[in-house]
Formats: sequence, structure tokens, C-alpha cells
Amino acid sequence: MNLEVLVENVAVNLLKVASVRLPEDVKEALRKAYENERSQIARTQLRAILDNIRISEETDTPVCQDTGLISFYLKAGSGFRDLDKVEGILREAVRRATAEVPLRPNALDPFTQKNTEDNTGRYVPYVHWRIVGGDFLEVTAFPKGGGSENTCALNMISPSEGLKGLKRFVVESVVKAGGMPCPPTIIGVGVGGGPNIAMEIAKLTLLEPIDRPNPNKATAKLEKELYRAINKTGIGPMGLGGDSTTLAVKVDYAHRHPASYPVAVAFQCWAARRATARIGSNGEVEYLTHRT
Amino acid sequence: MEKTELRTPIGEEDIRALKIGDVVYVSGTLVTARDAAHRRILQYLKQGKKLPVMFDGLALFHCGPLVKKADVGWTVLAAGPTTSMRMEPLEGDIIRNLGIRLVIGKGGMGERTQRAMKEFGAAYAVFTGGAGVLAAKRIKRVKHVTWLDLGIPEALWIFEVEAFGPLIIGIDSHGNSLFERVQAEAERKKNEIFKEYQS
Repeated sequence: MNLEVLVENVAVNLLKVASVRLPEDVKEALRKAYENERSQIARTQLRAILDNIRISEETDTPVCQDTGLISFYLKAGSGFRDLDKVEGILREAVRRATAEVPLRPNALDPFTQKNTEDNTGRYVPYVHWRIVGGDFLEVTAFPKGGGSENTCALNMISPSEGLKGLKRFVVESVVKAGGMPCPPTIIGVGVGGGPNIAMEIAKLTLLEPIDRPNPNKATAKLEKELYRAINKTGIGPMGLGGDSTTLAVKVDYAHRHPASYPVAVAFQCWAARRATARIGSNGEVEYLTHRT
Repeated sequence: MEKTELRTPIGEEDIRALKIGDVVYVSGTLVTARDAAHRRILQYLKQGKKLPVMFDGLALFHCGPLVKKADVGWTVLAAGPTTSMRMEPLEGDIIRNLGIRLVIGKGGMGERTQRAMKEFGAAYAVFTGGAGVLAAKRIKRVKHVTWLDLGIPEALWIFEVEAFGPLIIGIDSHGNSLFERVQAEAERKKNEIFKEYQS
């Protein structure tokens, strides 16, 4: 098969798999949350979530009607051919997936409010590139719903407040968001760099499995502390109260300017959709997040 | 947790009997409306134009469904709730003018809606956010769709539903809000946590 056709087919498949089947680590965390939850109301919500996940897999239907605004995160081997064509191919894959999966048309012109009807538009799908060695292309499809995007928060806190200020801002943001981002959420925290860097780092942590231990001692400790604090707030599933407000907290950092201490909080709803595959120049395809 | 089954058209006394935390299943007619539909409804009322649906006693659903065009009509694939707070500035007027008894959404609503609900006799119920397939299973058919010019998510979808739920009553018609309580408790806990950071 022609490599361009292959990339398109894989991208369509990734959008479908991501929309229909949550990654195993997320499902396991939701099952655990249900087992440990003490509030009766919260248990009805977690039960509905687990039932929904099962039915969507059985019927091959997207988990949530909000199939998101679509981003692709790429690790592109410098030896992979036709890298200049990849963005065009991914746009076409989005158009096809919108009709085939199907996905809800979610790309609107911010001035005319007109819906493009095919999930493509200016800068959409958003494509994030990292060039690495090798002759493969690793594609992660990351469709993200609007509810949890709307509660994402950024604060340029005073460096003298430092780590204490960071913790306050994260907890404050979660309390302010309440039930809106569809808890139990996954919280990505990015600290340092500039405002765009902090938010990008926060978003990138959401691509990682939540059951993988963080090798960095300082951020691992902070993750644990924030996880406990957030679940202590009692916001609970859908903001109806309970023990399960977040499934995991992920923290990453960049070095900062002496005058700045940017902190970004990225919210991910429980329907944490992501799917990754690696395409070799030789036409071999390996799915890394899902068995297909 | 009391369990109640409701059928549209819902009467005021049915709503007055509900309190926050109750579990409700609703059968009958749901009409979806998001931001743009809310704005257009109010614009129609202002201009004295006839609305395409009679809302009296029905349930209003904050939802932009995922649908597929079938040979005849539409198939609903996923139809969970959208964030209700976006409709907060408009919902009070909608309830008073249209005679809506039940508003279904997610994430909670604010004081203005709470006041209108108390005054008129309406309630706000939560369907689990993201559980779109579970919701679609309870939708028996699309009775009608209109205002498609607003785009598929924003159009008015009129669904016939059977035992749509579980819904949790988040705001009742007596001025109580579960969200307000959870939020107040979270604020208290937050201050406890912040105190630890001081030491």
C-alpha cells in the first residue's frame, strides 16, 4: 500500500479507536474509584460511567457525544518520507472519520459561528510535531471535549509565592471548576517556561498513561500531594459530592525566568480519549495504546 | 435516595415533591437546547414569533447530540449533557415563559435559575456527563428536529424517551442546591488545605 494512504487509514482508525474505547489505565482507575467511593450519589455516577464504557465498546459507538476538537501529537522520524504531506493527510483523515465513525462536527468560525461540518478549519486539526531520529511516524490522536477545556487555567504567580502558590492555584482551580469538567478528572499541571510553555507541558502530561510512576522525585512527590488535596475537597463525580474528584495528577516543569512562575492547569474529563500508533517507512503499523 | 418516575407533561405538584439528591427517571418528550437555541427562543418571544415546539410541562435537555442520518429520519448515537452553566444567564426567563418543569444537564446552575425554579415550580436534574451512549439507549426515537441552521449540536432535537436516567436532582423547587452545598463544603476543605501550606 502507498504510504500516504496508509497514514490516512491509520489516522482514521486512531480517531475511531480513541472515540470508542478508553485506554486500559483509565478504565482501571475508574473501576477503582467505584470500589472505593463512599457516597451513594457518587456511586450512581461512577456506575453510569462504567456502564457507558461497556456499552460503547459493545456497540462500537463513541463514548461521549462531544467527540471533541481534534489534535494530533506526532513523533516524526527524520527519515520518514513525505513529512511535508502529513498535515494534509491528517486533515483528510479527520474529514473521513467525521463521516465514518461518525464524529460530531465541532469546528466553528469564531466570527460567523458557522460550523464547517467536517471538523477541519483554521489550525484544526491542531498538529504538534516533535522530530526524532528513525524512519517511523508515531501518531497520537487526541480528541478533547469542550467541558474540560473550558476549565483549563493559567496563572503567572509571583515567584516569591513559589511552590505554595502553585499548590494553592491548582486546588483553587479544581474547586472553582466544580462539576463542569466532568469529574473524576485527570489533572495535568505545567510549571515554568512561559505561559504557552506551561500550558503545553500541562497538556502533554495528559498523553501519558496514568498508571506509570513519575521517575522525577520532586514532581512525583508534588503529584501525590496534589492528588490527596484535590480528592479531599469532596467535589466528587459530576460535582455532586464524593471521594472521587480526580483519578490522577500529572506534573511536569520547565526552567523559568527569574521574574516568572507560570502555572498551568489542564483538565481532562473522565472520558480521557487518546490512541497512538507507530507507522514504519516499510509499511509496518504497531498500535501502542490499544489492541486492534 | 428516593426514586421517582416522571412522565411528560410534568405537573407542578410532581416537581414540588422532589428534593435534592433524589433519583428520577423521566419518560415522554425531551427537547434539547444549547446556547444558540436559548438565545433564539428568547428572541422569538421578544418579537412575538411562534415557537416551533410547545414546551409546557416538558423537560429541556442541555445537549448537542451525536447523530447519524438514517434512511428515514435520524439515529441518535450519543446524547449526554453539556455544561449547563453556559445557559445560566438565559434559563430563568426560559423557565418562566415556556413552562418548562425539568431542566436536564450537567455541572449545576446558579442562583438566577434556582430562584426561577423556586418561583415557578421547576427542578434541575443531572445526567452523568460523558455517558452519551447510555443516554442514547433511552431515546426511543427522534420525533422532530428544527433550527438545523444553527448546526447539528445547537439545533432543537425533540426526543421521545423511556425511563431516561438515572437523573439526580441537583436543584429542587424549594430553593435548595446540591451544588451549592458541595461547593460550600469544598471551600471549607480548601481553607483547611491552605492552612497546612502556611505551616
